[in-house]
Amino acid sequence: MRPFTYERATSPADASAKAASIPGARFIAGGTNLLDLMKLQIETPAHLIDVNGLGLDKIEETPDGGLRVGALVRNTDLAADMRVRRHYAVLSRALVAGASGQLRNVATTAGNLLQRTRCPYFYDPNQPCNKRQPGSGCSAIGGVSRQLGVVGTSEACIATHPSDMAVAMRVLDATVETVRPGGATRAIPIAELHRLPGDTPHVETSLERGELITAVTLPKPVGGAQLYHKVRDRASYAFALVSVAAIVQPDGTGRVALGGVAPKPWRVEAAEAHMKQGAKAVTAGLLADARPTDDNRFKVRLAERTLAAVLAEARG
Amino acid sequence: MRNHGNADVSRRGLLLGAAASAALTATPRHGQAMPADADVPSAPHPGPVPIMNPVMNRVSLTVNGAAQTLEMDTRTTLLDALREHLRLTGTKKGCDHGQCGACTVIVDGRRINSCLTLAVMHEGGSVTTVEGLGTPAKLHPMQAAFVKHDGYQCGYCTPGQICSAVAVLDEIKAGIPSHVTASLTDAPQATNAEMRERMSGNVCRCGAYSNILEAMTEVAGQKMADQQNGRDPA
Amino acid sequence: MKFDTPAAANPIDQLKVVGKATDRIDGPLKTTGTAPYAYERHDVVANQAHGFILGSAIAKGRISRMDIAAAKVAPGVIAVVTAENAGTLGKGKWNTAALLGGPEIQHYHQAVALVVAETFEQARDAAGLIKVDYQAEAGAYDLAAARNGATVAKGEPDSTVGDFNGAYTAAPVQLDATYTTPDQGHAMMEPHATIAAWNGDKLTLWTANQMINWGVKDVSQTLNIPEENIRLISPYIGGGFGGKLFVRSDALMAALGAKVAGRPVKVALTRPLMFNNTTHRPATIQRIRIGATREGRITAIGHESWSGDLPGGKPETAVQQTRLLYAGANRLTAMRLAVLDLPEGNAMRAPGEAPGLMALEVAMDEMAEKLGMDPIQFRILNDTQEDPEKPGRPYSQRQLTECLRQGAERFGWAKRDPKPASVREGRWLVGMGMAAGFRNNLVTKSAARVRLDGQGMVTVETDMTDIGTGTYTIIAQTAAETMGVPLDKVAVRLGDSNFPVSCGSGGQWGANNSTAGVYAACMKLRQSVARKLGFNAAEPHFADGHVSSGGHTVPLAQAAKDGDLVAEDQIEYGDLDKKYQQSTFAGHFVEVAVDSATGEIRLRRMLAVCAAGRILNPKSARSQVIGAMTMGAGAALMEELAVDKRRGFFVNHDLAGYEVPVHADIPHQEVVFLDEVDPISSPMKAKGVGELGICGVGAAVANAVYNATGVRVRDYPVTLDKVLDHLPEMT
Repeated sequence: MRPFTYERATSPADASAKAASIPGARFIAGGTNLLDLMKLQIETPAHLIDVNGLGLDKIEETPDGGLRVGALVRNTDLAADMRVRRHYAVLSRALVAGASGQLRNVATTAGNLLQRTRCPYFYDPNQPCNKRQPGSGCSAIGGVSRQLGVVGTSEACIATHPSDMAVAMRVLDATVETVRPGGATRAIPIAELHRLPGDTPHVETSLERGELITAVTLPKPVGGAQLYHKVRDRASYAFALVSVAAIVQPDGTGRVALGGVAPKPWRVEAAEAHMKQGAKAVTAGLLADARPTDDNRFKVRLAERTLAAVLAEARG
Repeated sequence: MRNHGNADVSRRGLLLGAAASAALTATPRHGQAMPADADVPSAPHPGPVPIMNPVMNRVSLTVNGAAQTLEMDTRTTLLDALREHLRLTGTKKGCDHGQCGACTVIVDGRRINSCLTLAVMHEGGSVTTVEGLGTPAKLHPMQAAFVKHDGYQCGYCTPGQICSAVAVLDEIKAGIPSHVTASLTDAPQATNAEMRERMSGNVCRCGAYSNILEAMTEVAGQKMADQQNGRDPA
Repeated sequence: MKFDTPAAANPIDQLKVVGKATDRIDGPLKTTGTAPYAYERHDVVANQAHGFILGSAIAKGRISRMDIAAAKVAPGVIAVVTAENAGTLGKGKWNTAALLGGPEIQHYHQAVALVVAETFEQARDAAGLIKVDYQAEAGAYDLAAARNGATVAKGEPDSTVGDFNGAYTAAPVQLDATYTTPDQGHAMMEPHATIAAWNGDKLTLWTANQMINWGVKDVSQTLNIPEENIRLISPYIGGGFGGKLFVRSDALMAALGAKVAGRPVKVALTRPLMFNNTTHRPATIQRIRIGATREGRITAIGHESWSGDLPGGKPETAVQQTRLLYAGANRLTAMRLAVLDLPEGNAMRAPGEAPGLMALEVAMDEMAEKLGMDPIQFRILNDTQEDPEKPGRPYSQRQLTECLRQGAERFGWAKRDPKPASVREGRWLVGMGMAAGFRNNLVTKSAARVRLDGQGMVTVETDMTDIGTGTYTIIAQTAAETMGVPLDKVAVRLGDSNFPVSCGSGGQWGANNSTAGVYAACMKLRQSVARKLGFNAAEPHFADGHVSSGGHTVPLAQAAKDGDLVAEDQIEYGDLDKKYQQSTFAGHFVEVAVDSATGEIRLRRMLAVCAAGRILNPKSARSQVIGAMTMGAGAALMEELAVDKRRGFFVNHDLAGYEVPVHADIPHQEVVFLDEVDPISSPMKAKGVGELGICGVGAAVANAVYNATGVRVRDYPVTLDKVLDHLPEMT
């Protein structure tokens, strides 16, 4: 871990402006991912801007009947909020499927969205990794890749996005609110927050330099059976091999997103037209472009079967 | 406005309540201004790496009821502040990466991994470690239950298990749902499945899980009995 | 005390303290965070500096250039140690690879440098400033690919009895199956850690080490200094499982760093470094052939195992149990060792039997099915009460059949449907599996010193270690029983090379041997007490803090009124372990549920019925067994050090990547100890249990998965991807 200076931000706009102007500045909120990576010198900020005191930790109802979740709402608090439990159950379920109680007590809503991949080659600074060191190559391709991505990947990177929460946010059509260095705000549909790796796997989001997430807004509740099914070898405290977030309406229509298979929460709206036909048809649409490795080919079948189980459960 | 090469003056405003006592001797490695999101990666060691002095910072917090003020490198985790600076070595370093739970402490009423938080982030905070729960001569009920049910073997994960166990019973009481809570809208109960799931962030390689559960069950039962007695109108 | 004839009645048989379920005497310290582990000894020496180890970035090759200039001048840095300035180092007897690499690199993350600085943060940062250029060389990293070039390891010849090939070929029912077990990590919760301090030419290491005396010898050989100048202190060890049997790089580098820095240095391995820097349980490929009559009598049993290690290393002795466990006139076992350039393979909890039984006990399940027999009946039919390789050499005790019968009854085995994939509960496929457990009882000498003071307090000192095994408590129980005092009148001091040399902790030999050594010392102390008190008559009686003889009863403390009485002795063994085969046995029973959609495997119930001699403390012994069952469950279901076969390292080298069981994975576990005393083993009539619990449990899990799903997985770990394609179609 390199030395760094530290300050506590006084307002979101101030934090954003400083992050844009101070060389090597990074925001720190929960810190559970950033400090982990700083210890391995994968992240080497020269300056940390602590945003914990900005008051972005409230969950408020929006005028159109949705919920506005402050960027600093802890995963535990978001999962436990009775409005979320009643009306956005898929989000609550996804949150409690992730990490551990200790981590959820600290990890924030925005930080969860922005957490970086758990690809073991990314985590080992001795190994080439295009995400960590652009142009150095991807050592995961041809290496140990059981956990890694099957769709949305590229020749440069096959890492997955590790979040559970983000998968639920994606199926809920959440919107990410930000403030930019000049003080302007904008709203980014969750679908557009994360970028596919392509030739630039080190560019992970559409956020600009210094841009700070201030909240995530959930549209008004859509009802339906809301399920999150996370599949893993270990019964708890493990990243997903595959996860399925689904909202299934009584008429059989609905939405589906997958976790553990792609560089971002994976949703293909067109595939949802096949909801009534069942898991096979939906998965065929979701994973039509899958390019698995020998190690992770099983994820394609696992996704289909997990979705089938979720749909069966939704039917009651 | 802000000169990191001569930070003594400028950082005074930057570090709230801190006396910056050291300066960077070279420009930070990412002198090109890295965005605050995760866009720009860092190479392991591309080219010459600048040598930088530690940045010192003062933090005041309460640990096990006692006020403490520490002057520390900003890089110091809460875990190392406890173990190395305050010499409260009951809190253990098992992985230093949030993957084992041995460093679990209770901060402002919540259990957290003290390895993945900086001490400097806890200005004004209140920390309870295993030493703050009880002493060998006066064990906390959870500590006593661990002894009675042999809820440990090598003892290294034990302080974290105990801090977690105490907090878990509070979390259940507070109605916080877990992965195994059947109904999200009902209050969770201190069942075996709930406790196992909630304790899963505390790895015990000796495999004392079954015994830890028995210890927690006993304490949860005592708590419930105490509550019922407390509510007794007589 | 020489133990060369079976034990007669002795003071331990009183069982006033020994044999009683007893809370650990170190419990209040461990639960309050006041038991001191190696890295935490702020109290022992002032002015400690922090060391941070840099590991090699390649698996095999040479360092062509190393630039430590930036690190040396980094803030707070006191010293940088590399092979270039470390002086001439030897290598310990128990180490295969050098603990400090350079210029030759033998494995990934082999230590290549230590940075010593004022703070941990400074040392870690400066380690990142070291630039190392490597010349990588091609290495062998794939056991399957190296299998054909594997050779017979030194001192590990094939064992043959009768005509295996002939009998196997002639057998009407045959099984020929190959199984694989992956590399596994100890993953103990306390990282390897040491504080080193020099006083002149004398070195003290506060370290985490299971075998104090081996450690002294290996430090002596590595640093080329006399043994008497070295002191190792390890009163508390945060788990070992074999990973702390040997001196590792934390100890060596701390010693070297302290020398160069001229002040005490403390070093802990970081978790991401541990998996490749230290040792691991090597992967195996195991071929098992069993031939039997149609009635189920084994006529031929063959077990061959392939494993790999660095040059000069040893094979994983996975065939060990097959030489002893079942009857059969024609037998073959063989081990082949390939040279691999992966990190050093070495002992992990029940080396040999743990992976060996993961294969053998699935083979037995498969064979039973071929024979149309219940797997328990098949095992009972092929039970033996003598060493099958040496007819006429009996077991000291062998209650395997009773373990299996009692286990079957308690577990409700009769309710198991032998037809696989026939029990379904909602979305879960449910199955039961069982396996035999087997682990040898090893006897080895062990010494202790006991002291009686004027308050009647008995203090035991031995370099024995407690790695979570409950040693403090069973030693206290032994001394209390023998001296006739209550438990709180005994103090136990362990893990210091200034104390008499014990057996140490490993191979499940610790409990029986270390307590036998304490017993020997106590019996000697009793003689001193009797002499001091003038009891010349028959053996006096020690009870309730008093000594009685010929109608006289005096307080024990009176014997020390003029000064402490001290006695030191050791237990030494004759040839009873040659005359008798001494082993421990278990029946493992497991119920699993497999998600019919996803293939996720979850344990529902676990039972172990154990026969392991006298159980000294049923409370901590039970914990040892459930802990081993937990580790066995991990081995069965999730643990695998994933090898990058191009780059030669374990990829998942942290506790997020290398998954070990968590609370949610482990169901209620039941343990039964059969009533057994084994007077052949020692005066304690005890044997070990700490490894028995892991032996067989993995196979019981795999057999249960087969019963649940009909999928026979022969490559561990048994993960969902291996059963997924065979699960029922989904509607």
